[in-house]
Amino acid sequence: MFAIYKKELRSYFTNAIGYVYVGVFLALSAALCSYTTLQQASYSTTSYFTFMIYSFIILIPLLTMRLFSEEKKMKTEQLLLTAPVTITGMVLGKYFAAFTLFLGSVLASCVNFFPLYVLGAAQSDADPNSIKFIGVNSGQILGSLLGVILIGAAIIAVGMLISSLTENQLSAAVITIAAVASMLVLNLIVVMGEDSDGTRVISSYVVRTVLSWFSIFSRFSNFGYGMLDFSALLYYISFAGVFVYLTIRVYEKRRWS
Amino acid sequence: MITIDHLVKSYGSIQALDDISFHVDKGEIIGFLGPNGAGKSTCMNILTGYLSSNSGVVKVGDVNVLSDPLSAKKLIGYLPEQPPVYPDMTVEEYLNFVYELKGCTLNRKKHLEEVCEVVKISDVMKRLIKNLSKGYRQRVGIAQALINNPPIIIFDEPTVGLDPKQIIEIRNLIRNLGRDHTVILSTHILQEVQAVCDRIVIINKGKIVADELTENITKAVENNRRFNVKICGPQKEVLALLKGMTGVVYAEPLALRDGDAYTYTIESEYGIDIRKKLFYELAERRWALIGLESLGMSLEDIFIAVVNKTDESKLRREKSKRQKGSSKSAEINAADDIIRKTEADKASYVSNLDDDEE
Repeated sequence: MFAIYKKELRSYFTNAIGYVYVGVFLALSAALCSYTTLQQASYSTTSYFTFMIYSFIILIPLLTMRLFSEEKKMKTEQLLLTAPVTITGMVLGKYFAAFTLFLGSVLASCVNFFPLYVLGAAQSDADPNSIKFIGVNSGQILGSLLGVILIGAAIIAVGMLISSLTENQLSAAVITIAAVASMLVLNLIVVMGEDSDGTRVISSYVVRTVLSWFSIFSRFSNFGYGMLDFSALLYYISFAGVFVYLTIRVYEKRRWS
Repeated sequence: MITIDHLVKSYGSIQALDDISFHVDKGEIIGFLGPNGAGKSTCMNILTGYLSSNSGVVKVGDVNVLSDPLSAKKLIGYLPEQPPVYPDMTVEEYLNFVYELKGCTLNRKKHLEEVCEVVKISDVMKRLIKNLSKGYRQRVGIAQALINNPPIIIFDEPTVGLDPKQIIEIRNLIRNLGRDHTVILSTHILQEVQAVCDRIVIINKGKIVADELTENITKAVENNRRFNVKICGPQKEVLALLKGMTGVVYAEPLALRDGDAYTYTIESEYGIDIRKKLFYELAERRWALIGLESLGMSLEDIFIAVVNKTDESKLRREKSKRQKGSSKSAEINAADDIIRKTEADKASYVSNLDDDEE
């Protein structure tokens, strides 16, 4: 498993994908941070993280698209499947390789908060007697980071399953983008009209409940307030777990078909 | 070392393997011969644990591949039809990856050096695999199979797409490996198994047709039947003579002319050597025979020869019974049935081959 993990992680940087992903992600998050906080004269990072989550729809498929489809195309999966490694080990190795790169890029993007802290410290120094809290809310940032990382973990698992079902990187990426985007749309449909007087697009409570199982975005809100939402934590981890398990099943099943 | 027992595998409605059983002893080099689509690769894939069978048992050593795949896979080095190499890696990176993947515990530097020495890729270690030629890529694939020194090595069509020099090198390499490994080699080229293997298993349409020592197969196919002959003499008359000879089933002129000599392709009936007779016939008419070249046997000839060899003995038994005066019509019918069946088998086999070639 560790050999596959290492190989996958290295392969992100032996071709352009890893650099493209990290570069685009860091540039985009820096631009978003400057636009949503500095230019709005606000210390709130809520919209920053919301936009970051939307960017995952395009960026995470870059990480997952080649995980399995490329092996299939190059016929190298025969090597992995005839080596003394379990299928679970192979799938987890690949999953954690993608997750590691994702995690690294999210942590690297934390450098964006540096100017906010500097600015906040300067402002509170200038006005030490203010009753209003001035500066960045670290709890909000930490909570949001955790939420963002969990959402990423879930999307990576979805992308990996789709990659294991396709033989072409591009179609894996396109289908993953479509799947993740439709989860977002699902989320919008479920909450649509919620604030008005009881009329909703989907009137059936049962349908709304079932659909909300797949709306990975709606569970983010509590993290955004700086809360550690255990039910959401559990939801994301089991969501990723289910898709990792399905990927393992795809390979088990192919052996038997 | 390897026991395959009543193996059955079907893909949907297509029966890829139909009750295959054979045994490979330790240190043997065994050739797995059959036309395209005969089930060779399926069999290899089941043996290596890449696919599973519908029923039947595969044992490597004492390990059942199905129930304990990890231990079985440790015993096998496998080179699939297409070498499973990553084009973006250098040879060195790739072999290190395989070393780690197989959980090898031998001294890394020494072991990798040894393997590279054996397959002669030491001078391309730092190069990207995508920049290597087909022959070198094949060798990297073989190196991969050798890592961790598995007692069994399986090659699936290792010489496809190589030039003649490389083919000879790879064959020598396989023969050398056979000294201290058990080797299974799958191919559709008879010369290859003849050159390398101790024993040949012939497979067709998912069934084992023959399982014999190489010498026996060679004997069966030695009876060459197709020749190109070059004869000085009037074309029409020579052709008439060739066609008129007993034992000749086919004679056609080629569009080749060399002075007054023409070239013809002739084919004799199975089991009849017409070369001597041809020489005397021509000498009698004072037409000089200036070229006699035997055409290599195609796989269909081999197949027919081997099937005939096994069926002939049956036929002979039946015939001898008839000659002994036993007038039981049932037995005669049985013999006729066998003859008819053999003919039908041949015909369907040849037509299959034609399909494959397309």
